[in-house]
Amino acid sequence: MSEKEIKNLEAIFEAKIARDEKIEPKDWMPEKYRKTHIRQMSQHAHSEIVGMLPEGNWITRAPSLRRKVALLAKVQDEAGHGLYLYSATETLGISREELYEQLHSGKAKYSSIFNYPTITWADIGAIGWLVDGAAIINQVPLCSTSFGPYARAMVRVCKEESFHQRQGYEIMLTLANGTPEQKEMAQDALNRWWWPSLMMFGPTDDMSTHTEQSMKWKLKRKTNDELRQQFIDQTVPQANILGLSIPDSDLKWNEERGHYDFGPINWDEFWQVVKGHGPCNKERLQTRVDAWEEGEWVRDAAMAYAEKKAERKVKQAG
Amino acid sequence: MSLKKHDFRENGDKIDYILTIADNSLILGQRMGELTGHGPTLEVDIACTNIALDLFGQVRSYFQYAAQLAEKSCTEDDLAFLRTEREYKNVLLVEQPNTNFAYVIAKQFLFDHYHYLFLNELQNSTDATLSAIAKKSIKEVSYHKRFSSDWVLRLGDGTSVSKEKIQKAINDLWPFTQELFEPNEAEEKAVELGYGVDISKLQEEYKQAIEKVLKEATIVIPDLEFYQRGGKKGIHSEHMGFLLSDMQYMQRTYPGMKW
Repeated sequence: MSEKEIKNLEAIFEAKIARDEKIEPKDWMPEKYRKTHIRQMSQHAHSEIVGMLPEGNWITRAPSLRRKVALLAKVQDEAGHGLYLYSATETLGISREELYEQLHSGKAKYSSIFNYPTITWADIGAIGWLVDGAAIINQVPLCSTSFGPYARAMVRVCKEESFHQRQGYEIMLTLANGTPEQKEMAQDALNRWWWPSLMMFGPTDDMSTHTEQSMKWKLKRKTNDELRQQFIDQTVPQANILGLSIPDSDLKWNEERGHYDFGPINWDEFWQVVKGHGPCNKERLQTRVDAWEEGEWVRDAAMAYAEKKAERKVKQAG
Repeated sequence: MSLKKHDFRENGDKIDYILTIADNSLILGQRMGELTGHGPTLEVDIACTNIALDLFGQVRSYFQYAAQLAEKSCTEDDLAFLRTEREYKNVLLVEQPNTNFAYVIAKQFLFDHYHYLFLNELQNSTDATLSAIAKKSIKEVSYHKRFSSDWVLRLGDGTSVSKEKIQKAINDLWPFTQELFEPNEAEEKAVELGYGVDISKLQEEYKQAIEKVLKEATIVIPDLEFYQRGGKKGIHSEHMGFLLSDMQYMQRTYPGMKW
């Protein structure tokens, strides 16, 4: 392709995005667009799959049948999200195996929040309320992102996530209205999950590397700091209803800004976890690797059986 | 808290019968739930979680009914979480550990075929609630049966490795199949009173159904002289206590709270 032709395709591509039209897998796209989307979408898919683990940790111990069923369904939803995000990523010309390989080798990232342990039942409530709450704020803008398969997947993901968030909040509400022991359990979970949840929006705008390009491709519509502020403003009144206190002594409504002011985030902790040294990084990744490796003979069997079946069919037809 | 038969007074026999049925779904569901997040593929993970969800859904229907029949006030959760090990009536088969995926499938397969035949008969129960639960559940279980049978075929007729693994799992779990067809006291009573299923009559059809799949899967059908039994009388394997420690952890640690 001549340089002129490429320029022409680029112009068509950019005009499409400007008109808010979707880019589809078979459309021409710049290599960087493809790569960025593979990176972000697969990171998102990996987060869903790794995210099954901290919550899955409580399936066998859920405190009631109703909660057990809800938790199973939730973790299953996450598997479903992973499935359609992987499928959407595959439309960009990369296989599921390659994507897994990137996760297992540590090359691909997933959301750092899942490297924190779920040590009490209240953590299941806190994850639903805070982590899913933060995820929704991050993800709602993606429902109108420029890449069609991603945008469509996100519409469905967001619907289910907001259901999960309500469910998580309801767990917190039950605990907050329960015995002093239960309330303490809820407060402790909020104390541990609050700051990591704020970190989910990524580094501050002045430190964030991808923002400008991502804005242009509608992978992002607001900056990390704007989204973080939105989350805080939305969550503080919810904590008040629960009668729980947010573990930030600097948290205060700022009349002038029309937002809550909040204390400094521990970015050293953020980078420690991102770089692989959080409380559960090694465990989480190892669990995924183990599931994949222990499943190999099963996948091989399914493949071999399918081949045999196809062969027999051919023979019969012959 | 421990629920004894005398807590239930006149409905005691029926409640025991319901527990005998429901505990199988409860314990098998608990085992299946262990797999969530660790399946060999994402698709299988989702399917297995579905089975667990179906089983717990059934458990809730049964236990809510049993709780309604009980004279002493109790809830579905009391029945699920607050009995002692000896009070659980599930067959030994369903409590066996998920040693590997072959065991998950073999256990499910050997139970599903029984479960299907059982529910098919329970639909005719003179007890309207049990009949209704059976009618709803059999649709789910016919899917479970298809899922586990398909996987028995894939593993049996897949690679030499998978064949060896599923054969071993079938061999190891086979001794637990006889118990499925041996009624406990509550089951005998239930047949007498007309609301129960005569499970001893299901064995021949069961044998035919599973042997058909196993043969097609090129799995050798074990020929055993001795079988294991006890679960239905509350005499469980050593695995059961650990399963219950997990399952009952919250209810035992924080008694009397709402979640």
